[in-house]
Amino acid sequence: MARLRLTGISKHFGAIRALSDVSLDLMAGEVLGLMGDNGAGKSTLVKIIAGNFAPSHGTIELDGERCAFHRPRDAQRAGIEVVYQDLALCDNLTAASNVFLGRELTRSLGPLRIVDYAAMRTRAAAIFATLKSETRPRDLVRRMSGGQRQAVAIARTLLAEPKVVLMDEPTAAISVRQVAEVLDLIRRLRDRGISIVLISHRMPDVFAVCDRIAVLRRGALVADMRTPDTSPEQVTGLITGAIESSFGRAA
Amino acid sequence: MTGTPDSTSLETAIAQSQHTSPLSRVMALQVFWVFLAAVLAFIALTLLTDTFATERNLFNVTRNFAFVAIMAIGMTTVIASGGIDLSVGASVVLSAVVIGVCMESGLPFWLSALAALGAALLVGLVNGLLIAFVGIPSFVVTLGMMSFARSLALVLSNNKMIYEFGPDHAVLLGLGGGRLFGIPNPVIVLLVIAAVTAVLYRWTRWGQHVFAIGGNESAAVMTGIPVRPIKVSVYMFSAFTAGVAGILMVGWLGSVTTNLGTSMELAVIAAAVIGGANLSGGEGTVAGAVIGALLIEVIRNSLILLGISTFWQGAFIGFFIVLVVAFDRLKALR
Repeated sequence: MARLRLTGISKHFGAIRALSDVSLDLMAGEVLGLMGDNGAGKSTLVKIIAGNFAPSHGTIELDGERCAFHRPRDAQRAGIEVVYQDLALCDNLTAASNVFLGRELTRSLGPLRIVDYAAMRTRAAAIFATLKSETRPRDLVRRMSGGQRQAVAIARTLLAEPKVVLMDEPTAAISVRQVAEVLDLIRRLRDRGISIVLISHRMPDVFAVCDRIAVLRRGALVADMRTPDTSPEQVTGLITGAIESSFGRAA
Repeated sequence: MTGTPDSTSLETAIAQSQHTSPLSRVMALQVFWVFLAAVLAFIALTLLTDTFATERNLFNVTRNFAFVAIMAIGMTTVIASGGIDLSVGASVVLSAVVIGVCMESGLPFWLSALAALGAALLVGLVNGLLIAFVGIPSFVVTLGMMSFARSLALVLSNNKMIYEFGPDHAVLLGLGGGRLFGIPNPVIVLLVIAAVTAVLYRWTRWGQHVFAIGGNESAAVMTGIPVRPIKVSVYMFSAFTAGVAGILMVGWLGSVTTNLGTSMELAVIAAAVIGGANLSGGEGTVAGAVIGALLIEVIRNSLILLGISTFWQGAFIGFFIVLVVAFDRLKALR
């Protein structure tokens, strides 16, 4: 059974058709690369899965159960987490505070409920350890490298044992060494059985880490292939439209 | 698998932080340097003048600075959330006029004080709603409110001075002008507000969220922080501190005039900024606000005692604002 199954997802914004009839399956522990040119509908698809928009048509199933997300919180409760492109981090706060942003742990002190920094630091440190990241919970995010910042954003998704993690351009605008770090982070998530949707423009990163590659063009799914069965040239052709479509036998 | 030298245990990772020693941590704080400047000025004045370190003068200094410091705590909260509140001076006069008019009409002190605080909170509520829910920039909203609330105070008082406060006259004057254990009452109020706010900043989710909103508002929205209600609460808190200061100032002065609190917002913002509040949001401390206000008052007082024309006050305070922020910038560059 598929972990995440999209069936016939369409989305209109007035007369504009952002997505038409997109169907995709994602297995547990599978990394799917979602590619496409600017405006191809990648962000719209991710926002539908993450509960930011409701689809105009089509269904989302998680572990065989049909879901209707009205808010991002609903998707989060169902086990879908998003790492946003700008990471949604507060530079002025520590790594631990960022991991727990909006979900701070508290304990009671008499009649008061106070923030439990010790518990947050311990938990954050444990998550960083499983990610084999050297990020320290007390460090301010402002002083971190791009790779460490990614680790903080990814650690946030691991607070609630997610089923699916959506990552929007995690390797854009960071150094080569940090890209390797982030790809390792993605592999560690996969090894924990988490399904990952990786949105990226960077062909080498997608080929390095993804099991499957799907291509969107003008709101339609034009390819869904196993990574070993394709090549960067073919994917480029599919993105630009030089190649019409390509669907592997894997279903 | 234990041979890797870089394998750090969980405990050490938790304990580690980029600030290595407590000393370097303190030295990195703008508050520390501003405090040092205030202490140096204090010592210099004690040595240079016979009038500074007298009980009477110190009593005046501490009381004068308390009003600005109380409001600087509210302002620091607004600035930490990424906004600004230009209407605090107007909230002071509105609160003062409301308590004055109420007490003059014979109402007891506590009821009049509640009405005054209510008026201030209403100002903050309107500010907050317009900023958080309508999306108008805080600078614009509070600039408009500055004009609106002061005008309201003129209308309420009919621009007449109030100096008769009905049956509880003595209570009001005692509150603003009196002392407890030798400490001026406004300073006691300041200490209470400072302690409570420091706890709110550090130990509550509200405090975390205020600083998160100032650090990256869209991140706060995406992580599900109730950004709008928190913003409203921040402007209400700022207006509340102005309302409290207004009541205390009436008690101290013994009268209400409608020019009360005029351009006070500038002194308050200056105190907050000198104390380390970052106008781009996400930074600020209660101690900084109090020490910033203290430095401004010490400068003001020292210029008077040293016989320098009061016309120079603005120049000195302006100089310090830029100096402190430039100092912080230089540290960041290094």
